[in-house]
Amino acid sequence: MSPADDLNFTRPQFVGASVARREDPRLLTGGGLYVADIKRHGMLYIAFRRSDMAHAEIRSIDASAALAHPGVVAVYTGEDIAQLANPYRATSRMKNYQATFIPPLAHKKVRYVGEAVVAVVAESRYVAEDALALLEIDYAPLPVLVDPESSLAEGAPKLHDDLESNILAEREFARGEVDAGFAKAAATASGRFHFTRTTPVTIEARAAVAEYDRRTRTLELHCTTQIPGIVRDKLSEIFDIPGPRLRVIAPDVGGGFGGKTSLYSEEIVACAIARDLQRPVKWVSDRMEDLMSTGHAFDEIVDAEIAVAEDGEILAVKADVIGDVGAYSIYPWTATIEPVQVVSFLPGPYRIENYAARVRAVATNKTLTGAYRGVGRPISVFVMDRLLDMAARKIGMDPAEIRRRNLVNDDEFPYKAASGLVWDRSAFQACLATAREKIGYDALRAEQEAARAEGRWVGIGVASYAELTGVGSRIAVAPGMPINTGTETCNVAIDSTGAVTASFGVASQGQGIETTLAQVVAEALGVKIEDVDIVLGDTSAVSHGTGTYASRAAVLGGGAGTLAAQAVREKIIRVAGHLLEAAEEDIETGDGNVWVKGTDRAMTIRDLARALYSDMGRVPKEMRDDLGNLEATKVYDPFFGTTTAASHMCLVEIDPETYKTQVKRYVVVEDCGRVINPLIADGQAHGGVAQGIGVALMEEVIHDENGQVLTASLVDYVVPSAVEVPSMDVIHVEAELPNTVGGFRGLGEGGTIGAPACIANAISDALSPLGIEITEIPATPERLFRLIEAAKAG
Amino acid sequence: MTDTVPVPVTVTVNGREYRAEVEPRLLLADFLRETLDLTGTHVGCEHGICGACTILLNGDSARSCLTFAVQADGAEITTVEGLGSEDALGPLQQAFRDHHALQCGFCTPGMLMTVTDMLQKYPLATDDEIREALSGNICRCTGYEHIVRAVRSMVEARDAAEETP
Repeated sequence: MSPADDLNFTRPQFVGASVARREDPRLLTGGGLYVADIKRHGMLYIAFRRSDMAHAEIRSIDASAALAHPGVVAVYTGEDIAQLANPYRATSRMKNYQATFIPPLAHKKVRYVGEAVVAVVAESRYVAEDALALLEIDYAPLPVLVDPESSLAEGAPKLHDDLESNILAEREFARGEVDAGFAKAAATASGRFHFTRTTPVTIEARAAVAEYDRRTRTLELHCTTQIPGIVRDKLSEIFDIPGPRLRVIAPDVGGGFGGKTSLYSEEIVACAIARDLQRPVKWVSDRMEDLMSTGHAFDEIVDAEIAVAEDGEILAVKADVIGDVGAYSIYPWTATIEPVQVVSFLPGPYRIENYAARVRAVATNKTLTGAYRGVGRPISVFVMDRLLDMAARKIGMDPAEIRRRNLVNDDEFPYKAASGLVWDRSAFQACLATAREKIGYDALRAEQEAARAEGRWVGIGVASYAELTGVGSRIAVAPGMPINTGTETCNVAIDSTGAVTASFGVASQGQGIETTLAQVVAEALGVKIEDVDIVLGDTSAVSHGTGTYASRAAVLGGGAGTLAAQAVREKIIRVAGHLLEAAEEDIETGDGNVWVKGTDRAMTIRDLARALYSDMGRVPKEMRDDLGNLEATKVYDPFFGTTTAASHMCLVEIDPETYKTQVKRYVVVEDCGRVINPLIADGQAHGGVAQGIGVALMEEVIHDENGQVLTASLVDYVVPSAVEVPSMDVIHVEAELPNTVGGFRGLGEGGTIGAPACIANAISDALSPLGIEITEIPATPERLFRLIEAAKAG
Repeated sequence: MTDTVPVPVTVTVNGREYRAEVEPRLLLADFLRETLDLTGTHVGCEHGICGACTILLNGDSARSCLTFAVQADGAEITTVEGLGSEDALGPLQQAFRDHHALQCGFCTPGMLMTVTDMLQKYPLATDDEIREALSGNICRCTGYEHIVRAVRSMVEARDAAEETP
């Protein structure tokens, strides 16, 4: 049946449907293309010799034996790379910030265990790794700074000679009358909270393939990055190669979680070597390298205190944060991204008028910290929601009730939080109330009483938070950074075959955005989802884009995609108005057709494209000159961004023999605005909570006093398996839709933001008869054993 | 270190026989990926923890990162490429798609091979048993919830088929 015979044209809605993912058929059959799968003719393999010293001077490097090894093609040291790549560092306009140069290969000094020192290039990965053992490096040890507080101390040895101190950044926030708040308090609670260091552990470790095309003088890098645009722009400066001749592609990427949002030394070294040798080169990280060199997460000590009135009202909060940021200030986010975010978000979704906080980002001889799912907010929620529970216990109030009394109410939005962030309307109270209902809070409390009577350690946890997602140009993702993280670009094009392509600057690491962006574009344009090709993660696709991080891809990518699709649709309607001889307002599009409403006058968009591009005479020259083509590029800037809110509730039980905490129930209620694909949205929450469970109970990067990493395998750095993660319920509450194009809010990080606090609160609740408050996570069996033994000893 | 004599290896992978001469130290995972170009088998940790490299070796799930290619001489191997194709997904692949049991897809091939093995051998009567069966494969994206649901649907289909005479 031709469209013209069918009066039942439809304009289906795709946003809101659990559309099956288009990524899946290839990923389920071994048809994906990850960087490690790439092969090129004549390709060489890079292996890195990494520092086994936390802090030392490099006296000499003898590579002669390695070079003589059969199959070894070249060896590069820090000095060699310095000749091939311009130096770089992560600058910021923030006051009291000191940038560090980041040498792609250690130059003169090593500053952490795992830092790349020498690159060996060989005919195979096996041979390259063999030759690593043949390198002779003479180190002169320097004093090692492992504890950030000793790094802060007067007279501490400096990690970077050119800097004033080891404090890479310092910032203070203050609002209201904090002392007066404490003076009025019915109760106060305080603690020294420690959120230990973790690492992202994407199942795909990082990798890079670099190749240089002599004919076009083009450098092409396939790498496992979340930020191809940022990597391209910086490599362009590092190698003095203009953007069009420097292409960065992130193909299928096996998880990111923030760990792949930084420019990495190995990417620079691979490019330098590919250009120098004019041969394709490949590097694939092994797991030990990954655990020591991918940006670590968190690692803060927070001294914090809360004052509450008898009715539970928060009167004042103060906090002093020390962030251990490792050896260098990471590019592009700087050393500020994690610790400064802790104090920015610490007041959370609560009405807090009096707040004072200070944060210092301190360099130590450890792996750099960078962005990891939640960035700063998991610890700010951990501290704030722990303080709330501690205060509630003192005034004899239920944890859910003290939150209800302090959460910003619907009629108070927009609400300016004490740190200056502005919350737009989001379902703060409704999330809490719904979570309470869903988990059956009151009944659960009764069950807990019964379990306690049997001597069991059973606890209920509550945590509420708000986060800023889809951040626009008004607020930089990291303070003062000179990169625009506030816009994204989409080009929608219908070509002369009638095919639709939507190209974006964002990239995918498994979030399903090939599917969700296709849903958004197909709906806005009026074509079938399967008729839209989505191009992501390729810097040649659009002229500017930064990537996928900070819960932004759906909001910014979806917004840009909607705007570009709408612009192309307007062009279609103009052409159709002429071809179908109707007024433009009477034209509709849907399912790849365009028709005059209420008539059988219709054509396919494919035929319309042919009329415009190929069948000269069907569309007048004036119209063709005016429209040019069926293509539009739009840049979307949400300016402020929008607030995503959630409440988490859980039930835990601690085994009295093994001291292992089992999370038995878990409920997430979140307001992420208009949900594009409910199944995908649920999956994001599940995955985030599972990582939060890891953070709360299991995951910790441990250094010894010499700065050696004791958790350099997945036997020692333990991430949750299916038995540690409970079945979860996720509920989406849509309050008033936000002001973003499409009404989307970001949701990728939320699970990890709420879960550590929720679980720490549940454990503290379980152990409250012993007077135990969890102030350090992960709450491993060993930590719980020590706390419980100490409490029993009185 | 590399002056070793290559060893002949004959293996049947996904029903097709391959003959090659390999270094004795070549890992089976690298043999599949590099020598045979079957890159569906992924390498996630190279020390046997994450399970991404899981294959079926003579019908049993095995870590191809902890096995040398020469150890597989004469063996029958099934990899993810043997479970179905993009146009004709196998039933387990289809269940994973229906339940959104994968995100980045990197752990997925190993997860599929493990579940294939477990479905043949164990009742998997409860979600706890399913979670136990999955516990040797780490997924960092999904939080396992949708994987458990996908496996549950397969268990139900399997048990219903067994009851039908």
